[in-house]
Amino acid sequence: MKPDTHDCALTAAERSLREIVEAGATNKVLRKEKLSDTIVLFELDNPLIARNAVAGQFVVVRPNTLGERIPLTISDADKVRGTITIIFQVVGRTTMELARIKEGECVPDVCGPLGTPSEIENYGTAICVGGGVGIAFLRPITKALKEAGNEVITILGAREKSLLILENEMRELSDELILTTDDGSYGIKGVVTGPIKEMLDSGRKIDYIFAIGPMPMMRAVAETTRPYGVKTVVSLDPIMINGTGMCGGCRVTVGGQTKFTCVDGPDFDGHEVDWDELKIRKAYYFAEEQAAKEMAAKEEN
Amino acid sequence: MSRIKERQPMPQQPAEERIKNFLEVALGYSEEQALAEAQRCLSCKKKPCVEGCPVMVDIPEFVALAAEGKFLEAAASLKKNNSLPAICGRVCPQEEQCEKFCLLGKTGQPVAIGRIERFVADYEALHSNGNIGEYEGPKDPMLAKYGVAVVGSGPAGLTVAGDLAKMGYSVTIFEALHDTGGVLRYGIPEFRLPRNILNREIEYVQSLGAKIVKNVVIGKTVTIDELLSGGFDAVFVATGAGAPQMMNIPGENLNGVLSGNEWLTRINLMRAFRFPEYGTPLKKPKKVAVIGAGNTAMDCTRTALRVGAEEVAIVYRRSRAEMPARAEEIENAEHEGVKFHLLTNPIRFIGDDKGWLVSMECLKMELGEPDDSGRRRPVPIPGSEFIMEVDTAIIAIGQTPNPLIRTTTEGLKTTRWGGIVIDEATGMTSIPGVFAGGDAVTGAATVITAMGAGKIAAKGIDKYIREKYGLPVPSEEPVQEESKGNGQNP
Repeated sequence: MKPDTHDCALTAAERSLREIVEAGATNKVLRKEKLSDTIVLFELDNPLIARNAVAGQFVVVRPNTLGERIPLTISDADKVRGTITIIFQVVGRTTMELARIKEGECVPDVCGPLGTPSEIENYGTAICVGGGVGIAFLRPITKALKEAGNEVITILGAREKSLLILENEMRELSDELILTTDDGSYGIKGVVTGPIKEMLDSGRKIDYIFAIGPMPMMRAVAETTRPYGVKTVVSLDPIMINGTGMCGGCRVTVGGQTKFTCVDGPDFDGHEVDWDELKIRKAYYFAEEQAAKEMAAKEEN
Repeated sequence: MSRIKERQPMPQQPAEERIKNFLEVALGYSEEQALAEAQRCLSCKKKPCVEGCPVMVDIPEFVALAAEGKFLEAAASLKKNNSLPAICGRVCPQEEQCEKFCLLGKTGQPVAIGRIERFVADYEALHSNGNIGEYEGPKDPMLAKYGVAVVGSGPAGLTVAGDLAKMGYSVTIFEALHDTGGVLRYGIPEFRLPRNILNREIEYVQSLGAKIVKNVVIGKTVTIDELLSGGFDAVFVATGAGAPQMMNIPGENLNGVLSGNEWLTRINLMRAFRFPEYGTPLKKPKKVAVIGAGNTAMDCTRTALRVGAEEVAIVYRRSRAEMPARAEEIENAEHEGVKFHLLTNPIRFIGDDKGWLVSMECLKMELGEPDDSGRRRPVPIPGSEFIMEVDTAIIAIGQTPNPLIRTTTEGLKTTRWGGIVIDEATGMTSIPGVFAGGDAVTGAATVITAMGAGKIAAKGIDKYIREKYGLPVPSEEPVQEESKGNGQNP
């Protein structure tokens, strides 16, 4: 049996959970950074989410009281400071509205951590592939894979140099870093699948590949590795509303089975994903999204 | 003495008007109507109506007060047992509960108890200037040091929170969504339950002292175990039945096929019918099939009409007699122009080359022998396949409890289909200190049964905490309600 004093101290520490929980979270933007012209970083005050967040999980965010709920991968969680970091690319109305929130202001709604954590183990040699803003989401997974003992090769790709974010952070986390840009303005000219194929063809032993980024990139990675039979996990981002398995808006077909990305994912076996269906489903509200984007752009000016 | 056999009719927005707006369909009684209807009550001694009420409202008492025009007193009487009367007056299936047992129903129409309840609750809201009536603060302020976590701000959660706050406990409600009310907000459309009424009832529970923390998913943000070890003395799980059942037939993931939950969440919670003012988009449907025939299905049809659909139909594999929705809701849908394709079962969704739903292949059914549910089993008629053109199909064939808590709480006993197992007398689950109620236990049921479960669990939680800390059990408190419970008072 533990001594009384210890119990008391423990209780005091634990009571603080009730206090934290009862107080809720402010979601105050403690730090706002522009990582590129279109990519924004927020460090948010949310000790509740920071406590339990692990690599691969996401939050659902709403930028204002009329706004849409969108999923954003948690890029970093600081348990000591009680903060989480989210990084997003301004692509449409909701991200434009989110980007308008200033340092010191609060994001009205942030809910998480959601989704099933990534399966992290010592696979041997792992390639972490990140495209565009997906690089931000790759960071916690790369870190976790490295900590689990993997030899980590990181391949980052972007359209052009200015969109290639977090280079230094990712270099520190990786045993080897390869950069590609579509226009050749930095690193290897071309797309991420080039170096992957080269490595696989060279006979180098690759045990695990994790890819996160735009859907066409993840699909291309999965198609590249398919003939080699290397396990390839992708992190999907379909249209999502609720994030807790309530609506099924984020349905994807994986291995012939319908899965809810929000609770069964977001990580799935890239070789099993029905990419054609996902592409169609992601475009469900394309017309509406375009109209909303134009409207928001007008507001901006 | 001759009594009026017929109840006061409920004034309604005309069908051709109301399908163009989201305003409330039923307009509510006038004061004269409420008086006249309340005066139909026989005030019978046996109070059979009370037995039909899952939260045991003293119906003859509040109806008698209403009959004298003492509407504020009537509201106070109602609120002794029911924290959410304006909601219950609107969405309870009274025909299967209190009104089913009304003596007047034997020879004519039963007293319209629900409509009087609604009037009284609305009257109070209008005339009490925002104060909360009879409430004089918590019964025992000493209980404030004991914390109870309530998971979910739907009807069961609100009931438990209200009751425990009245006793004096510190209650924190955790809501996963960004807004409160659970199914009352994301599920029930505002033309059946206006948002100001819902907000008012939730504010009432908050005014009793319950705190609501939104955007917290218990099981993800914080687990039940963490709540218990982190300073909460008891947890009440009221997470509802929010996981949609799909049909598992080909083509279900085509664009244009949605779950009833997604359809209703987009419209009710996210207010997509006001896109682009609101951020969540909605594809305007033309020809809609809603599969299923429960209350959710009816809500889906009627919202589809209101967002401008040209043709809306229910597709149901059994016959009219087996439709689980309230008669009133079926009637409302019918008046608004919803078609009913009964004894019809979709077997395949068909898309165009771009992946959009264009039609549905269906089979005609006939009724065979009764199944486990006691309803006659629908049997396909061979060779009866036909094609129904639709651009939107909404699947509303039922919801099951969300597995998030079940899968993250070790030792929590659940049934085969995922319902949480409880002790019926106290609401306690297989884990000491963890209680549950509402749809999370029963599967999708009604608002009032969830509230009834909340009442029982609030008493169970009080008893549990008192026993845990050796606190005296107050003698007077529950007696009043329990003596009414047996319905056998002389």
